[in-house]
Amino acid sequence: MMHLKETELCLGLGLPGSCEQTDTALKATGKRGFSETVDLMLNLQTKDQSSSVDMNDKKLQSSTKNNKDLTKPPAKAQVVGWPPVRNYRKNVMAQKSNTEETEKAVAGGGSAASFVKVSMDGAPYLRKVDLKLYESYQQLSDALAKMFSSFTMGNYGSQGMIDFMNESKLMDLLNSSEYVPSYEDKDGDWMLVGDVPWQMFVDSCKRLRIMKGSDAIGLAPRAMEKCKNRS
Amino acid sequence: MGYSFPEEVLEHVFSFISLHTDRNAVSLVCKSWYEIERWCRRRIFIGNCYAVSPGIVIRRFPEVRSVELKGKPHFADFNLVPDGWGGYFYPWICEMARAYPWLEEIRLKRMVITDESLELISKSFKNFKVLVLSSCEGFSIDGLAAIAANCRNLRELDLRESEVEDLSGHWLSHFPDSCTSLQSLNMSCLLSEVSFSALVRLIARSPNLKTLRLNRAVPLEKLSTLLHRAPQLVELGTGAYSAEIRQDLLSNLTEAFAKCKELEGLSGFWDVVPFYLPAFYSVCSRLTSLNLSYATIQSPDVTKIITQCPNLQRLSVLDYIEDTGLDALSLSCKELRELRVFPSDPFVADANVALTEQGLVSVSEGCSKLQSVLYFCRQMSNSALTTIAKNRPNLTCFRLCILEPRAPDYQTLEPLDHGFGAIVDHCKQLQRLSLSGLLTDRVFEYIGNRAKKLEMLSIAFAGDSDLGLHFVLSGCESLRKLEIRDCPFGDKALLANVSKLETMRSLWMSSCSVSLGACKWLSQKMPRLNVEVIDEQGDLDSRPDSCHVEKLYVYRTVAGPRLDMPSFVRTMNQNPAYRR
Repeated sequence: MMHLKETELCLGLGLPGSCEQTDTALKATGKRGFSETVDLMLNLQTKDQSSSVDMNDKKLQSSTKNNKDLTKPPAKAQVVGWPPVRNYRKNVMAQKSNTEETEKAVAGGGSAASFVKVSMDGAPYLRKVDLKLYESYQQLSDALAKMFSSFTMGNYGSQGMIDFMNESKLMDLLNSSEYVPSYEDKDGDWMLVGDVPWQMFVDSCKRLRIMKGSDAIGLAPRAMEKCKNRS
Repeated sequence: MGYSFPEEVLEHVFSFISLHTDRNAVSLVCKSWYEIERWCRRRIFIGNCYAVSPGIVIRRFPEVRSVELKGKPHFADFNLVPDGWGGYFYPWICEMARAYPWLEEIRLKRMVITDESLELISKSFKNFKVLVLSSCEGFSIDGLAAIAANCRNLRELDLRESEVEDLSGHWLSHFPDSCTSLQSLNMSCLLSEVSFSALVRLIARSPNLKTLRLNRAVPLEKLSTLLHRAPQLVELGTGAYSAEIRQDLLSNLTEAFAKCKELEGLSGFWDVVPFYLPAFYSVCSRLTSLNLSYATIQSPDVTKIITQCPNLQRLSVLDYIEDTGLDALSLSCKELRELRVFPSDPFVADANVALTEQGLVSVSEGCSKLQSVLYFCRQMSNSALTTIAKNRPNLTCFRLCILEPRAPDYQTLEPLDHGFGAIVDHCKQLQRLSLSGLLTDRVFEYIGNRAKKLEMLSIAFAGDSDLGLHFVLSGCESLRKLEIRDCPFGDKALLANVSKLETMRSLWMSSCSVSLGACKWLSQKMPRLNVEVIDEQGDLDSRPDSCHVEKLYVYRTVAGPRLDMPSFVRTMNQNPAYRR
């Protein structure tokens, strides 16, 4: 609960500086409070805002659309689908050795892809994302929003920015028909995305499910409990 | 003209013609040959499931016993095709269930097939024998259980590299005790455990079982039990090849392998513990095919194996083999036809292993029968490519992947145009080519001028301008499949070669410079092409014609625009009412 007061949470579009205080809190405790989990509330932007998200997304996709850009990508950046190694092989090599993986993850090297299925309640098909392509929850959130923006998501457009100072406001939001991302962790539990530091999430996330806020209410207490148990 | 060859004679002659390309040629001779041929064609191959509709196929070929279909474009293997794109098998099985009660074989590649479809297969065809699902998805263990339970004469069940939802796990026990017909079982892609006792019983009552590919979950300790029940195996895929170091286990395994006098092919080898490698040395002299591409063993261990395999024709390995291992390969394996070297650590910039262009050069020198190469490496030079080309003019498939996009010749820092030029110049039978490294328009000029037998070309991060694409489209007479990503190719080349596109199966272009307007224009000009634009940003209607499309997939079709597209795929120039 104390995290709520310490951090000012905003659901932004990854605009620089918007979530600095969140990061400070994160560094201080190494954990996120429950309220921070809704940092990931899917932001289905209006058309005005879409251009800034485009830039973020293009950067992280880093498939060089602008071919005049001849600067080499940094060694760790991954281009989608390059080198042309199939998922099955990538996943098998990733399972090689747990300790090796953790070492590489700590070193920050995206040594293998980490594909997880993403389902969205109401959508007729699954998508897949490579979690290793992203470096933060915000990037993931942006990518998911893009991926599922072709659905009609109800009347959200006006709610671009949400301020989560207030837990009751949060619960209101979950009670509404907004969508929240949840994930299945290594233990098989369904958790709200954002409850652990990013890298820990990448290592333990097995699949993602974007569900209605009202359906996700049930996950909230469990997420809080897991956080409390960790603190 | 009246020639009075009885139909039966022609039919008998045609029965010796099996290649679908030859069959197609036969059907074009005259109307009566077309008619006779269509009634006696038993196997059909459809390289793009959207090029034709089930109805059209069934109307033309009423007596089919074997169907092979391919769905998604090849780049789907590398996540360039978003999920939900298409490639559904359901519409096909619905119609085939009615029309082909005697269907025996279904082979699918890169298609989406549901449990419902699998169940329909299992119940519709009394004589169903062969199911091959290559890189497919959309189904679970439940679908497999239906196949096992209902297909009384099942001969082959091959799930190679498919994605299967492993929900319940125990499907093998659905094979009835009366099922003894199994000849080939490939379940290597399954993630969860299968019931071992059911597996043993199944194998024990399948005297004709020749191919068995286990999944990783089958432990090494149990392998000898299986081998004892199936010493007649010709192809074996092991499960995880690791266990605690135990001398007795090694002896048991060695003995079991020694009993397999027919074994010619080995694969599997996940999680290898080198201590157990000698167990199959007795088999090596007979091996024609070896897949060690999941085995993270170092060069000395790999070398020890391959130097005992003088009859090896196909080898897949990780780059742990290193140049030294490839040298040994070139000396020991004179029968080698196909080599695939995969990267152990593709996302690390610096070389983690001593594998360079030199390894491939050695193999090209020593292995005179080498025809097919897939090689991942971190450096290449024009001189190496030229040497390889001169050594091996009999190459039919050359796929080189230099890990860093646009990497130049590491010695001269020049583009690799001349090297690949030498490949297409010397290898006159080249059918498949994948390019990588720093390449200008010049390489495409070479390819267009020289690669007359080239059927499939893959291009990434290459070229300077539309001229490159134009050279390929206007020059490569045999081109059927062209896939391009991240190249500065735009409208001009495409629009200057529209009729070429109808002679090809498909064209894929992603992250290039093709405009939306050009796509629309192309679609209007060429009504027998489906011009599909894949764009995940979701607002194509409001975009100007000048904007670049993310992904473009163009293919010829007699079935018109497809009706099963998700919202992020649009067929250009089509009535919006057709879209879902």
